[in-house]
Amino acid sequence: MRARTWFSSITAVLALAVTAAGCGVSADEGSSGETASGPVEGLRILVPNSPGSGYDITARAAAKAMQDAKLTDTVEVFNTAGAGGTVGLQRLVNEKGKEDILMQMGLGVVGAVYTNKSKATLQDTVPIAKLIEEAEAIVVPKDSPYTSLDQLVAAWKANPGKVPVGGASNSGGPDHLTPMLLAKAVGLQPKDVNYVPYDGGGELLTAVLGKKVSFAATGIGEVAEQAKSGDVKILAVTSAEPVAGVDAPTLKSLNVDLVFTNWRGIVAPPELSAEKQKQFTDLLTKMHESEQWKKTLADQGWTDAFQTGDEFKTFLTTENDRVAGVLRELGLVA
Amino acid sequence: MDALSELMNGFATAAHPTNLLYAFLGVLLGTAIGVLPGIGPAMTIALLLPLTYSLEPTQAFIMFAGIYYGGMYGGSTTSILLNTPGESASVVTAIEGNQMAKRGRAAAALATAAIGSFIAGTIGTLCLALVAPQIVKLAIKMGAPDYFAVMVLAFIAVTTVLGASKVRGLAALAIGLLIGLIGIDPTSGQQRLTLGIPELADGIDVVVVAVGLFAVGEALWIAAHLRRTPADIISVGAARMTREDWRRSWKPWLRGTAIGFPFGAVPAGGAEIPTFLSYVTEKKLTKHPEEFGKGAIEGVAGPEATNNASAAGGLVPLLTLGIPTTATAAVMLGAFQGYGIQPGPRLLQTQPELVWGLVASLFIGNVILLALNLPLAPMWAKLLRIPRPYLYAGILFFASIGAYAANLSTFDLWLLLLLGALGFGMRRYGLPVVPAIIGIILGPTAEEQLRRALQISDGAVSGLYNTWFSKVVYAVIVLVLVVPPIVGRIRERRASRETPELQHSDRTGGQ
Repeated sequence: MRARTWFSSITAVLALAVTAAGCGVSADEGSSGETASGPVEGLRILVPNSPGSGYDITARAAAKAMQDAKLTDTVEVFNTAGAGGTVGLQRLVNEKGKEDILMQMGLGVVGAVYTNKSKATLQDTVPIAKLIEEAEAIVVPKDSPYTSLDQLVAAWKANPGKVPVGGASNSGGPDHLTPMLLAKAVGLQPKDVNYVPYDGGGELLTAVLGKKVSFAATGIGEVAEQAKSGDVKILAVTSAEPVAGVDAPTLKSLNVDLVFTNWRGIVAPPELSAEKQKQFTDLLTKMHESEQWKKTLADQGWTDAFQTGDEFKTFLTTENDRVAGVLRELGLVA
Repeated sequence: MDALSELMNGFATAAHPTNLLYAFLGVLLGTAIGVLPGIGPAMTIALLLPLTYSLEPTQAFIMFAGIYYGGMYGGSTTSILLNTPGESASVVTAIEGNQMAKRGRAAAALATAAIGSFIAGTIGTLCLALVAPQIVKLAIKMGAPDYFAVMVLAFIAVTTVLGASKVRGLAALAIGLLIGLIGIDPTSGQQRLTLGIPELADGIDVVVVAVGLFAVGEALWIAAHLRRTPADIISVGAARMTREDWRRSWKPWLRGTAIGFPFGAVPAGGAEIPTFLSYVTEKKLTKHPEEFGKGAIEGVAGPEATNNASAAGGLVPLLTLGIPTTATAAVMLGAFQGYGIQPGPRLLQTQPELVWGLVASLFIGNVILLALNLPLAPMWAKLLRIPRPYLYAGILFFASIGAYAANLSTFDLWLLLLLGALGFGMRRYGLPVVPAIIGIILGPTAEEQLRRALQISDGAVSGLYNTWFSKVVYAVIVLVLVVPPIVGRIRERRASRETPELQHSDRTGGQ
């Protein structure tokens, strides 16, 4: 008897966990919105990494904004993590021709396609929109011997091995690419850069505070608060324009020819009809204009970088070539 | 210090009936989902995150606190009863805990885990409230050479728990280290042993390995021998801990807390390594060494206190510096940002009500955890009365759900089956499973820290021992290698004197 109660309660919990995980097949999958004017129905968004990650938070925030603005009915956000996002990418490419699924992605996936030697590439997908971007910060501990980017670069060029640079991403990710591109821009070989990868922003930040690395490249959001309290110093930001609320010059203004930001966007599976592509573009454009999304951007501290259609497609191609170029120089891509 | 008066205000916030309800809900959900293998506390919070969007920040975080401790505790239940660790921090609990369950002492094992978690959680939270700023200053100074030294210590310590045959233990450890190598090498970006399969690029999750080797391997083993062994039903045993159990548990609880909290507070500490160290410590200090491997209560009490203390420690860098050092803390940080709260070094000044409310609700969550789980312990234990074919079918079912739920990919199910076959093979040839799991957990971290230390020193070997902490640890290692042979000889003499007492405790246990 007791065992029975136990089983039924576990089943209930299980059902909750399973629905929460988002694997419950949506009931009206077949009837994805035919009418272009009404709310989009039965939309699913694939997140190619784990719950709680940056992509996950972005996708869930976008889904919520769409629902709140009555642009869609309930949007199902689900996670297929693995291999820097390429497992999810492969899944999206396998869903070619499907008209009810979108994928959250970003710069990390561009690099991961190369480092993981993924068969599926972003060129296979239909780009819909770029949503947000985040500048990378060049950070040093508060009592670092380097008080300006010039001093840092001089020491770095003199002996790159003795100036370890930390980052919170693996090869091909934004924190890895930033110092590599910076090295190229100041005349250093990317191969000579002593890049030390850390597991996530938390571990990296403690390494900076504890002066384990000479400097670090990481998302501005990871260090903005610590910079305000004076625990770290941001020598430069990698965006074209200075970042609001952050007292640091851009690389451009320091005469370093580099503009590079981490970004996140949305793509659709291959062979999407032109009509459906327009519907998704309209959906995201309206979502972008909604009050809910504006509030989310402010709350999360994200920089708006909305871009759609051919503009986003061209951007994606440029980023792809740039990433491939760096990884080729490092010997990670044949 | 006005920390105490702030904390009292926090209690006033947290003790509001609505907030208490959320704390209760959090603990309930956390425990229930934490019980499922493969879904750890981080995953639980992430999955429940959308549910809290409609709540006030304070209420949401009170609920998180409950989920956090509940999830941490939930993992131990399946470890003890079913030899299926719910998450990596309760792998060690399975060693002695499941042996206790098999000897009809499941309820006592669950009770010592619950009370140990409560005590460790309470002391840990108290430390969090009172000394967090001081601790974090020390924690930041820890670097790669220090971590690597601790890893070396852990490796040396675990080789002492490798079981009857050192050769078999080392072989199992090597299997674990090999599995740990699978995936993309973080330093160079090269793929290792991935056989071109993209799903293997991230390596194999420790939980999938643990569940595969422990639970699936065991289920296959039992199935293979079902007809040859009599179908004896495991007795449930006394519902409460005996006086002897209490006497043997309280020291491990305190020692576990002392080991776990600092590990949780340092950035790369985590909860797994301190649980190993706690287990080894208890094994070394126990007066009943002959019971280890056969269900020694110290081996459950210590590690279970340790993982909860480390959960409390993990909040130190989050609340003082805004730095998430565990997966769970990272999810909570994301949640903070979702509410427009920027966690950082100034969080305590800008949001004192929230921080102290959270700390107070950690205390309350802990009390609710104990109140909920202590009475449940004998009920859980009755689970073992289910006839073996059904019980193991159920274990296989939940193991598969756990492996699948993490990623919704059938690949993980094949992987689980393959690892289950490996676990079966290891049992068939007498290779212990635990060293393999330890290899998977320690191997990759040790390699990462070693290479990081050498990178930072630009290849100079001195980079491995250029800090005072690493020097101290290496000195301890030398002691560990020199002292045991001497202690061992003393133990042998003492053990012969204590045999009568052992027989006594066996009798009480078998009721």
